[in-house]
Amino acid sequence: MYKLTKNIKNTSTILILIGIVSLGIGFYQSLSVVSDDEIKSTVKDIAKELDLEYFESNHKDLDWESELKKDNLVLNEDDQIVDRPLNFGTLIESMAMHDFELKKEGAYTELIHKVEEKLHCHIDPHHVHSVEDVIYAAKHYFHAKHQRPWSSLLISTLFFLMVSVAATLWWALQYVAQAGWSALLLRIPMAISSFIPYGAFIMLFIIITGGLHWHHTYHWMAEGIMDPANHHYDEIIANKSAYLNIPFFILRSIIYIAGWMGFAYLLKRYSISQDRDGNGMKWYNKSYKIAVIFVLFLGVTSSTAAWDWTMSIDTHWFSTLFGWYSLASFFITACAFIAGITIYLMYNGYFKELNNSHMHDFGRYMLAFSIFWTYLWFAQYMLIWYANIPEEVTYFQERYEYFYPLIIITLLINFVSPFLLLMNRSAKRSKGKLLFVAGLIIIGHFLDVFLMITPGTMHDHWHLGYVEIGTFLGFLGFFIWVVFRNLSKYQLIQKNHPMIGESEHHEIHIH
Amino acid sequence: MSNKIIYGLYADDEQLLEATKKIVAKGHRVNEVYSPYPVHGLDTAMGLKYSRLAITSFLYGMMGAILITLLMWYVMVGDWPMVIGGKPNFTYGQNLPAFIPVTFEATVFCAAHLMVITFLFRCGLFPGSSSRNPDPRTTDDKFLMEVHESDSKKITEIKKIMKETGAEEIKVKNNTNELLEEFEEIRQKQTQKLMKASKKKQSFMKKIFNKISKK
Repeated sequence: MYKLTKNIKNTSTILILIGIVSLGIGFYQSLSVVSDDEIKSTVKDIAKELDLEYFESNHKDLDWESELKKDNLVLNEDDQIVDRPLNFGTLIESMAMHDFELKKEGAYTELIHKVEEKLHCHIDPHHVHSVEDVIYAAKHYFHAKHQRPWSSLLISTLFFLMVSVAATLWWALQYVAQAGWSALLLRIPMAISSFIPYGAFIMLFIIITGGLHWHHTYHWMAEGIMDPANHHYDEIIANKSAYLNIPFFILRSIIYIAGWMGFAYLLKRYSISQDRDGNGMKWYNKSYKIAVIFVLFLGVTSSTAAWDWTMSIDTHWFSTLFGWYSLASFFITACAFIAGITIYLMYNGYFKELNNSHMHDFGRYMLAFSIFWTYLWFAQYMLIWYANIPEEVTYFQERYEYFYPLIIITLLINFVSPFLLLMNRSAKRSKGKLLFVAGLIIIGHFLDVFLMITPGTMHDHWHLGYVEIGTFLGFLGFFIWVVFRNLSKYQLIQKNHPMIGESEHHEIHIH
Repeated sequence: MSNKIIYGLYADDEQLLEATKKIVAKGHRVNEVYSPYPVHGLDTAMGLKYSRLAITSFLYGMMGAILITLLMWYVMVGDWPMVIGGKPNFTYGQNLPAFIPVTFEATVFCAAHLMVITFLFRCGLFPGSSSRNPDPRTTDDKFLMEVHESDSKKITEIKKIMKETGAEEIKVKNNTNELLEEFEEIRQKQTQKLMKASKKKQSFMKKIFNKISKK
């Protein structure tokens, strides 16, 4: 039996407090949002003050000739300019244009500066070419500000919910493959699977509040977007209304969650019954059947859940590979969590039956699935990059423009570091290195989930600050508390499992 | 120098493994084992060195990656720049995603095929090579252990261990290769002796001839 230690309790409480405080600050900040009409009126007032109408009227089709005359630069014969050896005409024209651009830029910089001062926001000057652009950018800033706590909540909820689902998949796979080596440590994925109800509750909360327009994480939920009469009307999204509508969306979410919870509950019940009942084979066979059905169920629902909860944020974009890509990401994280918790317990004197070969298997899992994740990432990326079709390429366009360093960091952490660190046989057999790589993978895949969600919700106004990291830490504390409390409830090693003996004598001979 | 070979034939891999461990523990060396399938833990029990095949595989893989990169660079960029799908040409780096699958395939191809060929050459397995298996039953369901030894005391000890661990057949044979080597040595020694003797004879004859000619 595992006993819940004070260390775990204190750590998880501190982490939960950090999470509550940082998420609270995020929500408090998101309250101070300026409404769209107010932005419009203030920006237009400032533009009038600065007399920007001159640039406004000329910003598209500039009358260059009158522009040149104004500066006493009259050209003699327009047709002969091209024939001259030194092309003065174009030179002067470009000089005038440059002058005009400079003036325009200066005026807009002043406008942006004043708007930023008045509304307490930040506007990127590179994308501003008119007053409308300033209004648009300011609106986007406040949308992102409002969106920030919600999107960080979604990232952490999705991450831990899907990791616990993927841990259940890991558990079920041990039955499906009739694996012997892992029979000793099946209680760890069982404990992780007990987080599903908590994560699912918060996920449903986010979905329902989205339906009530408390936040705009899911762009297709916006009011009037499917109504041709409305000025928000988007034909591409309206064509998807048969699948993407709020009642069906909530119904689907409930089906996924209920299914996963049901299968996890059945597997758990059989596992506990196996402890009490001497007839291990009976419960093993039952678990096997349930595990097979669960794997089939998850095969469909993991993809559709990824489409619904993650892919529909970038509503215009679609990828058939996305479901597997996100499942690979969560599965490797689940492997890292299972290995990490096992090694933590081994350091604390539990699991004396486990040997180096079990560690070797954990190492193989992490190495293989980090390569698998990279394979799917690259397969999705390369096809989109190669085809270069506008409707597909938007996804990576946005990520490349604003998130480029983060993409490189994610690939380095999730592919290069496990690949190099776990390539060696002796590295796979050492607990310390495995724990280190497991930690890296957990951080790297948090960043990966961040990259799946944030570009669609916050665009260029993204942050990876205390709200996001604090929420993640809070959820981590909550997760640790739930998992370890459930570990302490039952026998740490399953009794009467028919493959316990095989697991105890597990040894990998390779030369 | 070991001029005798002891063969122990086993019907079960567990017994073979046990016998190997016991013989190695007594300080002898198990030279070879013939088995119809790989036996887990046998290499460690025999005290075999870590295989260097993995290193060759790495080198071949690197070679494949470099060669295919050079080829693709020459064909797609260097010799005649190709524009495909309006991608930025004249550079290898900007088109890198397109080249990664081919690099991967070439790496795997070279590593796998050349490693297998190296393995076959290292084992002396090429078309027309003769079988070195002393007993054809090891290709079916038996395991054969081979120990080279010349000391008769040690031979009896090894035979005893083999019997204890349940060997079906124990045979001791002359090591033909070793015997041939010994014959060769003896022959060489004798020829040297003969050469020396003949030289002595010649010098003796010269002396006599000189004496006769002086007189």
